[in-house]
Amino acid sequence: MAVYKRSYRPYSGETTPVWSRFLVLYRFSRRNLFRSKVQTVFFVICLFFPLLCLLGIYANSHLNAITFLSRSTGPFLDVNGRFFSIYLDVQAAFAFLLTAFIGPGLVSPDLANGALTLYLCRPLSRTEYVLGKISVLFITLSWMTWVPGLVLFFVQASISGWQWMWDNLWIAGAIVLGSLVWIAVLSLAALALSAWVRWRIVAGALLLGLFFFGAGFGRAINAVLRTQQGYLIDLSQLVSIIWHDLFRDAGEPPLSVSEAWIALLAFTSFCLYLLMRKIRANEVVR
Amino acid sequence: MNHPVIEFRNLSVRLGSREVLRDLSCSFSGSTIGLLGPNGAGKSTLINTLLGFWTPSAGSAHIFGSDIRTDAKKIRSLVGYMPENDAFIHNMSAVSFIRLMAELSGLPSEAALERAHESLFYVGLGEARYRKLGSYSLGMKQLAKLAQAIVHGPKLLILDEPTNGLDPPARQRMIRLVREMRDSGQMHIILCSHLLRDVEETCEEVVILKQGRVVHYSNLADERRSNRRFLELELEGTIDGFVDAARRLGCECAPGAFHRWKLVLADNVEVADIYRLAAERNIQLRRLNFRRDTLEDIFLKAMESTNGGL
Repeated sequence: MAVYKRSYRPYSGETTPVWSRFLVLYRFSRRNLFRSKVQTVFFVICLFFPLLCLLGIYANSHLNAITFLSRSTGPFLDVNGRFFSIYLDVQAAFAFLLTAFIGPGLVSPDLANGALTLYLCRPLSRTEYVLGKISVLFITLSWMTWVPGLVLFFVQASISGWQWMWDNLWIAGAIVLGSLVWIAVLSLAALALSAWVRWRIVAGALLLGLFFFGAGFGRAINAVLRTQQGYLIDLSQLVSIIWHDLFRDAGEPPLSVSEAWIALLAFTSFCLYLLMRKIRANEVVR
Repeated sequence: MNHPVIEFRNLSVRLGSREVLRDLSCSFSGSTIGLLGPNGAGKSTLINTLLGFWTPSAGSAHIFGSDIRTDAKKIRSLVGYMPENDAFIHNMSAVSFIRLMAELSGLPSEAALERAHESLFYVGLGEARYRKLGSYSLGMKQLAKLAQAIVHGPKLLILDEPTNGLDPPARQRMIRLVREMRDSGQMHIILCSHLLRDVEETCEEVVILKQGRVVHYSNLADERRSNRRFLELELEGTIDGFVDAARRLGCECAPGAFHRWKLVLADNVEVADIYRLAAERNIQLRRLNFRRDTLEDIFLKAMESTNGGL
């Protein structure tokens, strides 16, 4: 019978597993994400630098190319912890900009239009809702940070041999862990801010402000109080201290690694608290 | 085992420092339950509590035998909810939105799409199903909210002020849809409204809340049946013989002012018998009314009760 001729009837077919419902949110949000040409183009641009690095690694191992580029027989590029640290710095900047574009649009429309009531009156918990939305950022940002990073690592390993890979396996761990820390900070900040202000544009601006003004304010505190504790409110500095440790960079960071971890943990906990306060089907008006 | 649709046992809900629902105890098994009460009576809080949005501060509530505290997900998979306020994503097409809701309720992707089309056609939005929800009129948004509530074929449909802001034809359409779903026998319906006419036209049972308490429960079908046995007559002529004859038939008669009588028909007596008695005794039957104890009367009586509680 044609759909338009049917009257009301109950559904008696199979249902999907309850644990997998948050993936529905991921699927729909991702579809909306890449419906925008600007965002799709920006995402593609974000992959240019990994491509450039790949070309660099390839050229580095081929004598002809090296001669052509550096007119010397030695390698023109040291593919080591420093190389991947720079790679992650660049990709982190792109990840930040992409998050400022797409992050606020994930939650704020639902809150602004009261759609949360409809999500949460179904077999979907608040945690699953947040998980579904944050997974969009986690997966998208992963595709431009640690996934190409690992590809670069394994390409280099395939060129330099198993011994290089074995000796530098910690770099792979640093790429993955360093990226995940950055992605977690960005995703939680974007979702929490958009849940808080419920306005996509303002949330995007707030995210930019959080990182830029946080950095500026932190440095101002350092200058006025002649301390290094101002870096505790500079999120990008905190993450770079952790990366510094992960990539075994030389030099003394302004804060200890444990301080950076604690500060980031406090920030992400605050974001989660804000999300749990704002992601509700109904609000109590006191 | 047949469980009541909804059962409360000393249910209390506190929001902040305010106790919004107090010690509710009752159970309902009818197919359509009307939830009435003035503003601030606790109707929406009760619905939100049933959906698991608020946690009871005391007591318990069960839907189809499942506890709202421990089986919230199971209950939500059985319930369809149409909220009072705007609740949609304005830049999504109706069919995408309804499909999303269906998938979140557990329908596989293809079945969800099919049911989304079906629901939209059923509520009368078939031709507008690819339009963005933000471009819908208020009446269309109400219908879209109804479509998302029924897309997964719930066993219990909760409608919170479904006719809010609708013009008369749209209201009629909504009432017709609710009646159709009621008559399909496939689902139970809770209709929460402050419009007594909506409840009267669609519901079998009515619960009236006041200040967070159930102040009245009424089975409208029984009420209507009993009203049909209660007559108000205005007679002219020698009426003693008529009253005696009516009493011999088993009717209860009580005199009123100015030749008016109140009469409760016995089970085996019909109105035609009263006409016959009057004709045989040459009595003029100038007026015969069925008692119409409307829902408004019931509601006003319930509101007059000061302390509340059944």
